[in-house]
Amino acid sequence: MYKILRKKELNPTVTLMDIEAPLIAKKAEPGQFVILRVNENGERIPLTVADYDREKGTVTIIFQIVGGTTELLNHKNEGEYIQDFVGPLGKATETEGLKKVAVVGGGVGCAIAYPVAKKLHDNGCEVHSIVGFRNKDLVILEDEFKAASTELKIMTDDGTYGTKGLVTDALKALIEAGNKYDEVIAIGPVIMMKFVCKLTKEYGIKTVVSMNPIMIDGTGMCGGCRLTVGGETKFACVDGPDFDGHLVDFDEALERGSMYREFEAKKREEVCNLFKEVK
Amino acid sequence: MPNMSLKKNEMPTQDPNVRNKNFSEVALGYTEEQAVDEANRCLNCKNKPCVSGCPVSIDIPAFIAKIREKDFEGAYDTIAKSSSLPAVCGRVCPQETQCESKCVRGIKGEPVAIGRLERFVADYHNKNCTEAPKAPEKNGHKCAVIGAGPSGLTCAGDLAKMGYDVTVFEALHLAGGVLVYGIPEFRLPKAIVAHEVENLKALGVKIETNVVIGKTIEVDELFEEGYEAIFIGSGAGLPRFMNIPGENLKGVYSANEFLTRVNLMKAYKDGSDTPIKKNTNVAVVGGGNVAMDAARCAKRLGAENVYIVYRRGLEEMPARKEEVEHAMEEGIIFKTLNNPVEILGDEHKFVTGMKCIEMELGEPDASGRRRPVEKPDSEFTIDVDCVVMSIGTSPNPLIRNTTKGLETNKHGCFIADENGQTSREGVFAGGDAVTGAATVILAMGAGKTAAKAMDEYISGCR
Repeated sequence: MYKILRKKELNPTVTLMDIEAPLIAKKAEPGQFVILRVNENGERIPLTVADYDREKGTVTIIFQIVGGTTELLNHKNEGEYIQDFVGPLGKATETEGLKKVAVVGGGVGCAIAYPVAKKLHDNGCEVHSIVGFRNKDLVILEDEFKAASTELKIMTDDGTYGTKGLVTDALKALIEAGNKYDEVIAIGPVIMMKFVCKLTKEYGIKTVVSMNPIMIDGTGMCGGCRLTVGGETKFACVDGPDFDGHLVDFDEALERGSMYREFEAKKREEVCNLFKEVK
Repeated sequence: MPNMSLKKNEMPTQDPNVRNKNFSEVALGYTEEQAVDEANRCLNCKNKPCVSGCPVSIDIPAFIAKIREKDFEGAYDTIAKSSSLPAVCGRVCPQETQCESKCVRGIKGEPVAIGRLERFVADYHNKNCTEAPKAPEKNGHKCAVIGAGPSGLTCAGDLAKMGYDVTVFEALHLAGGVLVYGIPEFRLPKAIVAHEVENLKALGVKIETNVVIGKTIEVDELFEEGYEAIFIGSGAGLPRFMNIPGENLKGVYSANEFLTRVNLMKAYKDGSDTPIKKNTNVAVVGGGNVAMDAARCAKRLGAENVYIVYRRGLEEMPARKEEVEHAMEEGIIFKTLNNPVEILGDEHKFVTGMKCIEMELGEPDASGRRRPVEKPDSEFTIDVDCVVMSIGTSPNPLIRNTTKGLETNKHGCFIADENGQTSREGVFAGGDAVTGAATVILAMGAGKTAAKAMDEYISGCR
């Protein structure tokens, strides 16, 4: 059992938790993920590590409430426990030798983009962060990104905060302004990563994306997380989750990600009803 | 006077048309009378040919003699001297190619039903014995076991009995390995595996779940933490695919994923948090025991038509005969001498069909089986909404990629000698991680041999 040491609502649908997991905290690096189960009969879901504190022995997760399991997790409070928490899984994001990088985050993907930006910044790399949200109420980690970036662009779809527009608009403007990036790191919805890659391909800038497909074990056993990269089948859990964005078949990833969408919506409703009855 | 019947006592089973709709155990087990009657078929041969066919060398005539005397606990004690998981082996061992293949009664008629008797004894003990085994006195030495599957659990049990302080590290949230994620409930009830694991804990074995060796902790760190010898029983868990078009469509599963969703994550139960696609027509590609398990699960989940698609003939199938027969009784359709060439999908990328080609058998290949070759212009399509790829697995690279000095062969299997000794001092390995995908009992045999070698290694260091 793994204790929830801190819980903080970042916006109405996104929650942060610090989980006591010293073995994982000791090893975790930006880009890696954990698999958790909320309770004894729960499903296994992957969540990317948002932060870690090696001394305190904690791992931070940030999740968006989308299905039954994340709904259930959101009902857990500080001091309570979650059943299983395993990791750190997958390969860490490569940050070695990078001098100037644009980090692009979309929605809850910013939770994963942030530790990458922070590590790059700590290594003395010039970090330009571009973070996008649907509206002002959904903005998360603004102060954190500010501290980890040389330049920060906040974009909202409706213009209620920052600049109105898409992350690709801001990225294009920065590139056009003459910024020469060693690499672009894009983390967010598959559709966002697809369009970031389309843009950077035009400029010939190497782009790394972090894929988060459906998985069960996270150690290479089920193959549920497979995707096509450069014409070859790869397992996101062991070969990734980071891949060369110019080689990823995003359309296939979009389709595969939608496989259980109906089931998830139904499950979430069931969990919500369950908690309503309790009240 | 021995029972000279040429036939084994038949195993009572659930009716095929009832059991193909539920996940309860198929074989119901012998009654005491049937067990004693079957035990009377044993001739108690002096040279014990059956024992030579058992990878863990159970004294088979001795335990059968105890059954004859109705001393069922005595029979259990005899088996327990050699096997840590009798209730499991009595169910999933391929006895027909092991102990029973050597039985003298098999020369004229059927061999003694050794497997069914082993199962009877283990079930009798588990039902009637409430006393947990006692932990032996500790010898003050620490061993680590990686993987809580058949080889790891056997190795851990044997080391604990010798007095070692043993910790088993398991990547999943539950101990059992393939016994819990792979083999379905109707063939091996999970309560039986849980019971065997509890017995190991009573012997003093510590089981740390949610620890991925190579990620959470590395092998070298285990030595730093004071473990003197390490056994790697990490299995062969990486699924293979055919690399044909359409394999990433929605509704194509590896057998590992399909079975893990059903068995480990209980997707067959109403209200399970883990989803599985509802299917009407399912094709399982492959001819091993895992393929039979997947096909029979698919049928139980409500599919109308379930096909086994296998590129060789029925005779060449690697699955146990009993599993093939059970699958046929349950209505699984066998499409042998067919090979998939493409999986077809609709505009939403869900599976709609599978294009196959007919095969015929040519000259024998390296495995000694006749090599299947394509018949020209014989392509056809079957309507399916789900395809399960069950064409084998390879060892997981996580440990070999993070441990220096540990040699592997071209298939990624650890290289180990007949005692399980790897190329690295103090590191032993066994089971599928060494042999590639094989059987539960061979893995158990390897775990047992390695435990002995680890004891000798640590004793030599003292």
